[in-house]
Amino acid sequence: MASKLSSALAAAKAEDRAALIGYLPAGFPTVDGGIAAINALIEGGCDVVEVGLPHSDPVLDGPTIQTADDIALRGGVRIKDVLHTVAEVSTAHPGAAVLVMTYWNPVDRYGVARFAADLAAAGGAGCILPDLPVEESEEWRKAAGEHGLDTVFVVAPSSKDARLAEVTAAGSGFVYAAAVMGVTGTRAQVGNLAEDLVARTRATTDLPVCVGLGVSTAEQAAEVAGFADGVIVGSAFVQRILDADGDDVAALDAVRALAADLAAGVRRR
Amino acid sequence: MSEKDYLPGAHVPDARGYFGAYGGRFIPEALVAAVEQVAEEYEKAKTDPAFTAELDALLKDYTGRPSPLTDVRRFSAEAGGARILLKREDLNHTGSHKINNVLGQALLTKRMGKTRIIAETGAGQHGVATATACALFGFDCTIYMGEVDTQRQALNVARMRMLGAEVVAVKSGSRTLKDAINEAFRDWVANVDSTHYLFGTVAGPHPFPMMVRDFHRVIGVEAREQVLERTGRLPDAVVACVGGGSNAMGIFHEFIPDTGVRLIGCEAAGEGADTPRHAATLTKGDPGVLHGSRTYVLQDEDGQTIESHSISAGLDYPGVGPEHAWLKDTGRAEYRPVTDAAAMQALRLLSRTEGIIPAIESAHALAGALELGRELGPEATILVSLSGRGDKDMHTAAEYFGLYDQATTESGEGN
Repeated sequence: MASKLSSALAAAKAEDRAALIGYLPAGFPTVDGGIAAINALIEGGCDVVEVGLPHSDPVLDGPTIQTADDIALRGGVRIKDVLHTVAEVSTAHPGAAVLVMTYWNPVDRYGVARFAADLAAAGGAGCILPDLPVEESEEWRKAAGEHGLDTVFVVAPSSKDARLAEVTAAGSGFVYAAAVMGVTGTRAQVGNLAEDLVARTRATTDLPVCVGLGVSTAEQAAEVAGFADGVIVGSAFVQRILDADGDDVAALDAVRALAADLAAGVRRR
Repeated sequence: MSEKDYLPGAHVPDARGYFGAYGGRFIPEALVAAVEQVAEEYEKAKTDPAFTAELDALLKDYTGRPSPLTDVRRFSAEAGGARILLKREDLNHTGSHKINNVLGQALLTKRMGKTRIIAETGAGQHGVATATACALFGFDCTIYMGEVDTQRQALNVARMRMLGAEVVAVKSGSRTLKDAINEAFRDWVANVDSTHYLFGTVAGPHPFPMMVRDFHRVIGVEAREQVLERTGRLPDAVVACVGGGSNAMGIFHEFIPDTGVRLIGCEAAGEGADTPRHAATLTKGDPGVLHGSRTYVLQDEDGQTIESHSISAGLDYPGVGPEHAWLKDTGRAEYRPVTDAAAMQALRLLSRTEGIIPAIESAHALAGALELGRELGPEATILVSLSGRGDKDMHTAAEYFGLYDQATTESGEGN
């Protein structure tokens, strides 16, 4: 049986369009507010959502997501709240695939097998672990496999072809192609590294290849949808919530509207 | 000195960079190629006679190695009469042990054809050493330093800028060393083609823990010979401060096979290891992953890093090098917490009995040696790594001991 994640991506492909994948951290701005915001991403048109596990040391995130993580952690968000968020979103939207995006140490500390079991029980579809390279991932992949979870690995413009083959062979669901060398955050240009990376990645795998880092507008989404299987957007959603400055209704409207805008973008290719 | 004297012998990590259960390489895919390049280039360099000759020459003629070994008899009297010998890394050019590693990695940067160096710094000693090497080699240089540390180590900020480096005050998180490392990693991910991250301690992803240790191994190699020559026997114990743990690994390493020699690392206990305000990672932390390697980490039940606290910026770090984690678990080394107060008393004592003002970091090792000397008695010989000099800490010390007020009253030049 195809995984929830594979099914969601296949459904987009069947419509001859790229998938839209949205990211927001759990607990941002509050646990309930975060759940509502992630639901709004799906209502706006995201096929897949990544629920971020806020971390004290988000070394791969730019200032926008760092700020969101800080707000969530100061609000007291715990791993159980992240799993609760996954469960609420999965229940509200059974057709959407809900991933967790997390640095490795929280999973390590929580217990690898326990985290996989609890994430699966919450209805999660898998994990993206951006600081867990393939070489260190065996224990996780075993636990994930036992619970039917996908493991999405990141590839970067600096990844050589032989390395791409190793990474894509270990992953499942899709391959996360980083559009640029750098941390998360919106950028004026997607850059020309992404298309080349997608082509090189596709040469090694049949998995869908989705592009993230720096994509924030419908125009960029349409551009990326022209050469990739999916478009990943994070910081732009976070920024909408920060801009709402505590007005929860405005925040939800803004992220829903952006998701709808991006969803139109991925259909424009 | 020949290549075999300071490049690695025993105790190499396994192929994946593990010392027992600790180490490894927990890095984003974007950095894999760069970290592999560092590892490959280092493997080639360390057996290349031209590389070792160039490093030897720099250590001798630029750094001023070998650093002396100083008997501190008046200070020893306060340590139950045990004989204390100081390995004087404070007398190196730039004022600390940090230059040993920096020159090695600067040569490696040149071999890799990179033109820009970034580094983190806590106390500023690694930043100053890095800025120094960048001036010497003509590299662009950016130093990340927590905002709290730029304030308490303002002299070193000025030194770095004088040397031509850009100093970025990091305002995220605890605004100390941990966050400076985060920010340096972010820079590296974005600029990895042109830039080498000159990591300053024996932590981080493989090969940094091994490579940084190898470049500091010269401390222990020299000291072991000097102690034997001076006293006719090995010391009973070797004592060093441990933040990330580079000077400690450097002086410990050569003594690891000498099982009769106790290896004692002094961690910063801040206001007390049983208070929430400390940086005693090996004493109070748990195994986890921070900054690219598996090691002991001060963390909560969710794997979030707990902010550390120490009067010493250089020891104010919630992680530690993985080889120390391994030495702790195997029992080969012992790690003791030393409070701010004990370190500051030791700083003043060494200043007043020997005319040597140590860095606050190194004063933790001195405090540990005083305690150990009283335990071991007058027959004991204790080798202490005096990893840095205290000029940079005069503001902190003056405030701590009220020296500014004192100077005004005693001189009668009131304002």
